[in-house]
Amino acid sequence: MPTVYASTLIPASVERVWTTVRDFNALPSWHPLIAQSRIEGYRPADQVGCIRAFRLKDGGFIREQLLSISDLKHSLTYSILESPMSVRDYLATIRLMPVTDTNSTVVEWGAEFSCPVDQAATLVELVEQGVFQGGLTALKQRFGG
Amino acid sequence: MVKLFRSTVIDAPLADVWRLLRDFNGHHAWHPAISHSHIEDGKSADQIGAIRCFTLSDGGTVRERLLSLSDEDHSFTYEIVDCDLPISSYRARLELKPVTDSHQTYWMWSSSFETPPEQETEVMETVSRKIYEAGFQSIRDMLSNDISSVEHGTTGQTVNENVLEAKAMVASHFGGPEVFHERAMEISPPSPGQVRIRQHAIGVNYVDIYCRNGSFDLVDVPAVLGFEAAGEVDMVGDGVTGFHTGQRVAYACPPSGAYASIRNMNASLVVPLPEHVSLELAAGAFLKGMTAEILLHRVHRLQPGESALIYAAAGGVGHLLCQWAKHIGATVIGCTSRREKIGAAKQAGCHHVIVPGATSLVSQINEITDGQGVDVIFDGVGKDSFRNSVNSLRKGGHLVCYGESSGRVNNWGLEQPMPKSITISRPYFYDYIDTPETLKTVSGNLFEAIEKRIINIQVNHKFPLADVAKAHRLLEGRQSTGSIVLLSGQVAE
Repeated sequence: MPTVYASTLIPASVERVWTTVRDFNALPSWHPLIAQSRIEGYRPADQVGCIRAFRLKDGGFIREQLLSISDLKHSLTYSILESPMSVRDYLATIRLMPVTDTNSTVVEWGAEFSCPVDQAATLVELVEQGVFQGGLTALKQRFGG
Repeated sequence: MVKLFRSTVIDAPLADVWRLLRDFNGHHAWHPAISHSHIEDGKSADQIGAIRCFTLSDGGTVRERLLSLSDEDHSFTYEIVDCDLPISSYRARLELKPVTDSHQTYWMWSSSFETPPEQETEVMETVSRKIYEAGFQSIRDMLSNDISSVEHGTTGQTVNENVLEAKAMVASHFGGPEVFHERAMEISPPSPGQVRIRQHAIGVNYVDIYCRNGSFDLVDVPAVLGFEAAGEVDMVGDGVTGFHTGQRVAYACPPSGAYASIRNMNASLVVPLPEHVSLELAAGAFLKGMTAEILLHRVHRLQPGESALIYAAAGGVGHLLCQWAKHIGATVIGCTSRREKIGAAKQAGCHHVIVPGATSLVSQINEITDGQGVDVIFDGVGKDSFRNSVNSLRKGGHLVCYGESSGRVNNWGLEQPMPKSITISRPYFYDYIDTPETLKTVSGNLFEAIEKRIINIQVNHKFPLADVAKAHRLLEGRQSTGSIVLLSGQVAE
């Protein structure tokens, strides 16, 4: 089962970064690959079990379900229900951690999933670098990093 | 219940930070509040349940039990068994996470404990500042190789009487010998637990080349390289005992930073020199000599009558291994790459000298040992010699791989039984001298071997510190014999 992991250091407090990251419907506002997003059934974006349906800038369509969210741990976990990638059992967590001596934030974004063996390397590269690290770089720039 | 959480980002790869933190019995080597550490009951430092007993720099003691250790998520938890602070039920956790886009390391240190309410503020302040934040700062200083002070260095002035100006050779990036540049540094007075050393002679070792070209993960550039030097103590930090100003000392261990005229070093890593060992000899002999001591007495306990094959028999470590192995009473077979080094190998005490060429190494070994193979091989060559080494051992023999001057030995796993049931060792030198006791024993044996002329260490090449690039070219081109030292001109012999 491939696992992917990316992280970055953002020069802003956990509270500030969390207001952006905790909004499960806000990816288009900071992630460069994502064009539009909506929550199915008009449910609140912080209701566990809600599903976001979003359109990628390259036209792909993805549905993801929020499985847990914690304002205490500044983390959220979600799974993929539907996507153009041939992944199964995809489980991802994004988590913010405070750097107390500089009042900044380390953000980590990791996932594990199943996929056909011959596609593993390509999918790992796509998710880890394209989706996660690329997203974190954009998030960092949003906070002046 | 009080909870504490402190965190920081260290400008070094996770592997470097974890190597230091993971050693439950090594925190005295970096934490300024701790002067000594030992594990009770002969347990190993990564054994769950092991209790470490700290002697603090202020004289107090603390005993702490390891509760969990994970190389997977780079974390460990421990509890205090007893200590002098008004603390009970103390449990703490350290965890490292990689910052993947900058190759830095995020470090969390958290704890929960009981303390009397009226002392709560004071205790929390003490633990968070003197333990956690002071620890962050030491690791930062240790892994950054004082580069920040290089950047701020000025020439020709000292800020106050206790700050000294030094010259250091900094490797600006990974690459060839051209990466070295001379820089002025300001060296602060030693922190608690440290001594400041005016370094007269600095050893140049093959490991420095691995660090310079980036093939070893020991150093992150820009950095002052070098792991070995000898000089005089200039100033002694708080809590240090057994050292005084003017004392002649040497060291051979990480952190790197030896290519400098003055540096601070943890006193627990430094050894006083006996009178019969000069500073130049110490700088040329300490690392190689202790390596030879460890290889012949600890990694393999060489016995009289055993046959030993030693590669690079005229080289830095090789010629010491040959002399010492002969003294022990082994049959010494030296191997050397060039015919012109045969004389040096013979002089080092080899009973037989092999130069592979028209006749292969394996057939020459078979001829010498009546087809039996040798009992033990000390191989610092690595990739190019590995096959030959395996084929030259007797059944059940011991291959000690202690270096890789020709490149890394890859894909040698445990998928199948070892040919001839041989044993392979791949020792990490510093594990054998990582406590003041073992360092004292190993260095003591080395000094004795020098005094009794069991080994004769030749410092055949001396360069000014600024010419470190020349020294690296000489060593890398396999043109050197014996040891190479750099001289900073700090202390007269």
